[in-house]
Amino acid sequence: MTEGTIVKVGMADLNIASAGGILRTTGLGSCIGLTLYDAQTQIAGMAHIMLPSSQIAREGQINPAKYADTAVVELVARLEKAGANPSRLVAKLAGGAQMFAFAAGDSMRIGPRNVESTKAALAACGIPVAAEDTGGSHGRTIEMDSRTGILNIRSVQFGVKEI
Amino acid sequence: MELFDRDADFKMDVLREVGNIGAGHAATALSKLLDKPIDMAVPTVSILPFDEIADKVGGAEAVVAAIYLRVEGDVPGNLFFIMSQDQARRLLRDLLGFEAVEADGYTEMELSALCEIGNILAGSYLSSLADLTRLRLSPSVPSVAVDMAGAVLSYGLLQYGVMGEDALLIDTTFLEGKHEAEGYFFLIPDPESFNKLFGALGVPLE
Repeated sequence: MTEGTIVKVGMADLNIASAGGILRTTGLGSCIGLTLYDAQTQIAGMAHIMLPSSQIAREGQINPAKYADTAVVELVARLEKAGANPSRLVAKLAGGAQMFAFAAGDSMRIGPRNVESTKAALAACGIPVAAEDTGGSHGRTIEMDSRTGILNIRSVQFGVKEI
Repeated sequence: MELFDRDADFKMDVLREVGNIGAGHAATALSKLLDKPIDMAVPTVSILPFDEIADKVGGAEAVVAAIYLRVEGDVPGNLFFIMSQDQARRLLRDLLGFEAVEADGYTEMELSALCEIGNILAGSYLSSLADLTRLRLSPSVPSVAVDMAGAVLSYGLLQYGVMGEDALLIDTTFLEGKHEAEGYFFLIPDPESFNKLFGALGVPLE
């Protein structure tokens, strides 16, 4: 078996991988790393979501990968176009941490809010959440192998885990 | 990103001077704390894509010690004092005589000490700006995290997230003995701060 090519997903970015490609995003704090996977076609998608809702957007041209509500819809559309069946998609998510302890206004609760709205957006599309590693106060780097759909999560404090 | 419609170069220069004054005072405070000379590089002001901001301190996955303060008042924004793990250890040792107790972790006491150092430095940074501009700048209680740079710095980018893919960063590197980086100061003013700040400094408004 050859080593899969790594597809990097930046902040407020999304991408898909198949045929053994590995999706990777680094340094998730309050952001969400959302993956959708169709096991039958072995197609995986990943989004690095930054903010809970596109309703707060003040940009002219919205970047759908940035907001939970638009990222889910966009990722499903991209996967479907690549040959995945939306009814078979299962979601895994990681991130949504609260990196700093003090409570200074609303922006500090951004992590938990990102988790909530990502789940709401998934529910609206009828996509089940198979596993998650969210919350806490630590950063995460995640990788998903499109052959297995296993989400590999690395953090400074807790090492590596797979969900 | 087009943050400034007019006089962009001039405005970037003004922000560089803001960083110069703030970080200059903070460097003096650090120098007094450590009782040794601390130099600083000329501040840079840049409008960078989110992903590239963490590259300034070694990349999104680089583990850093970061002290973060949210600034409220007339010029809301986010202020970070960032050190590598080695720099943080050295600071604790030089300042307090703390030798590492845990090989790859920090005790509550060490974290609390780092937080307080960040607080002192950020306080001198911000009070010099407040004196210069006569604006009200009220920092939050500081908070410390030792974690991936990308995870930590993303907190400073949320206010820019709603309007684009770039953020304006005023950064200054502290140097010990002219070469070795001792730490980094990042000031990321919220987008709506600029008019207030420029107004107070006599820059013609748009």
